[in-house]
Amino acid sequence: MITFTNVTKKYGENIGLENASVSIAKGDFVFLVGPSGAGKSTFIKLILKEINADSGRIKVGDYVVTDISNRLIPQHRRKIGMVFQDFRLLPKKTVFENVAFAMEIMHKSRRQIRKRVPQVLSLMGIEDKAKRYPQELSAGEQQRVAIARAIINNPKVLIADEPTGNLDPETAKGIMDLLDEINQTGTTIVMVTHAKDIVDRMNKRVIAIEDGHIVRDDYGQYGYDEGLDFGEGVFTDV
Amino acid sequence: MFRLFYNIKQAVLQLIRNKGMAVASIFAISAMMLILGLFFVISVNINLFTEIIKQDYDTVEVYLEEATTAAKTKSIIESIKHMNGVSSVEFRNKDQALKVLKRRWGESGYLLDSLGENPLPNSILVKVENLNAANRVNVAANKIDGVESTKYYKETVDKLTKVTNFLSISAIIIMLFLIIVSVVVVSNTIKLTVFARAKEISIMKYVGATNWFVRGPFFVEGIIIGLIASGMSAGLTYVLYDRIVDAIGMKVMTILSSPLVPATYLASNLIIIFASMGVGIGAVGSIISMRKFLDK
Ligand SMILES: Nc1ncnc2c1ncn2[C@@H]1O[C@H](COP(=O)(O)OP(=O)(O)OP(=O)(O)O)[C@@H](O)[C@H]1O
Ligand SMILES: [Mg+2]
Repeated sequence: MITFTNVTKKYGENIGLENASVSIAKGDFVFLVGPSGAGKSTFIKLILKEINADSGRIKVGDYVVTDISNRLIPQHRRKIGMVFQDFRLLPKKTVFENVAFAMEIMHKSRRQIRKRVPQVLSLMGIEDKAKRYPQELSAGEQQRVAIARAIINNPKVLIADEPTGNLDPETAKGIMDLLDEINQTGTTIVMVTHAKDIVDRMNKRVIAIEDGHIVRDDYGQYGYDEGLDFGEGVFTDV
Repeated sequence: MFRLFYNIKQAVLQLIRNKGMAVASIFAISAMMLILGLFFVISVNINLFTEIIKQDYDTVEVYLEEATTAAKTKSIIESIKHMNGVSSVEFRNKDQALKVLKRRWGESGYLLDSLGENPLPNSILVKVENLNAANRVNVAANKIDGVESTKYYKETVDKLTKVTNFLSISAIIIMLFLIIVSVVVVSNTIKLTVFARAKEISIMKYVGATNWFVRGPFFVEGIIIGLIASGMSAGLTYVLYDRIVDAIGMKVMTILSSPLVPATYLASNLIIIFASMGVGIGAVGSIISMRKFLDK
């Protein structure tokens, strides 16, 4: 599904990623771990073609991301769902509109939207929140809205950059259960995280990056001591 | 359809939210378009004047003094007839002259009706064979007793052509300059709303919105600014020009024997030109304002 071949990305002097090669198969669930500034976000930005690699080849689904023209970026991104630590919901739109928005972009009809959005909201367990605005919801509920938006168009890949970073452990667990369910339906998931307990409990594939290099790629444990050397707090309160 | 409605609604909301800057830029662009409008009416009038007198390209007009008697007139005609290079000579009294003028002015001819007393003199129309002859006749006729003045249009046409050319070139330069300034004004105005919605735009891009989808509301916003500005400046140009025609139209007519083009006659052209310019400026301005934002 996602293949990096000898990918290098530098920001001037700073190394983002250096000569990285990795392959993530369809249906995989992968945790991307490593200290702050290791290159995890760089990895994700490269997948989205938010930034361009200096060298190497990146393939996502049918697209060779390193070769496609800018004109094709929207098409490419529609096949990827994105979830962020800070939710990134539109504050002036209701929950329904926030999710519907991703379908409008695909030029889906109103009828399709009215049918599909409630389905996904109920899948996320927030069907009763459709008319609310994001700021009226708890952090966990907001992240559920963001996940609903990310999967509404049935993406092949779901990428989450610290999706539980702003959630308490209990709420984070609920979100992880949702992601696991989504993964069960065949969606490939790549999740950046600093949460040791989550990684240890889920027992999935773990790719560790340090200083732009992939230093570990196996199944199971988080492998770092919690809270050490990490810029972003692991369970910061909102 | 759904998108168009959405874009218009968003654009109007953005304009309202950012109304100080929007109003300022509408005024600035209106002012620039007003200058263009004045250039436009001036060149339209010069063109008309040139067209009218071109009809007399090979003619020297000899105007007679008010006091010149019929007998005296006859002898003047005779002496001109015998000049070298003259092909025909025709007397035209002041009433005929007025009729001819009226016919020539066509649609604007009615302006002459309000003239009261006929201000035109009796005249002799001298057709000449070539430019040299025209110059000679011109000089010689001027010296004859009883002749008030002469008019030879070739010179005037040449001069006017030069003036028109000069005006067109400077109009184009000024126009380009003003259009560029207007585009910058629009794009800076829209940039403010773009910044205000930066987060929303980046989310749209993550979800896979195309650039045109993101641009939609801002594009419409630019076009609305351009259209309002062009409406205002077209209206203002019309009113100002109408006043000018009212105030000096008659004088211009008697001095140049050519009318000012009536304001009503210009209105539709004015609206079409201004509206397309407004739309163009708004569209280009909005695209520029988002260029940096969208190419990532
Ligand atoms: N736009 C940029 N310009 C310059 N350097 C950058 C830029 N973005 C990232 N870097 C550098 O590249 C390296 C990798 O950054 P990246 O954001 O990928 O780290 P990360 O693993 O996501 O860290 P965190 O866990 O703190 O989010 C860091 O040294 C960072 O300072
Ligand atoms: Mg990061």
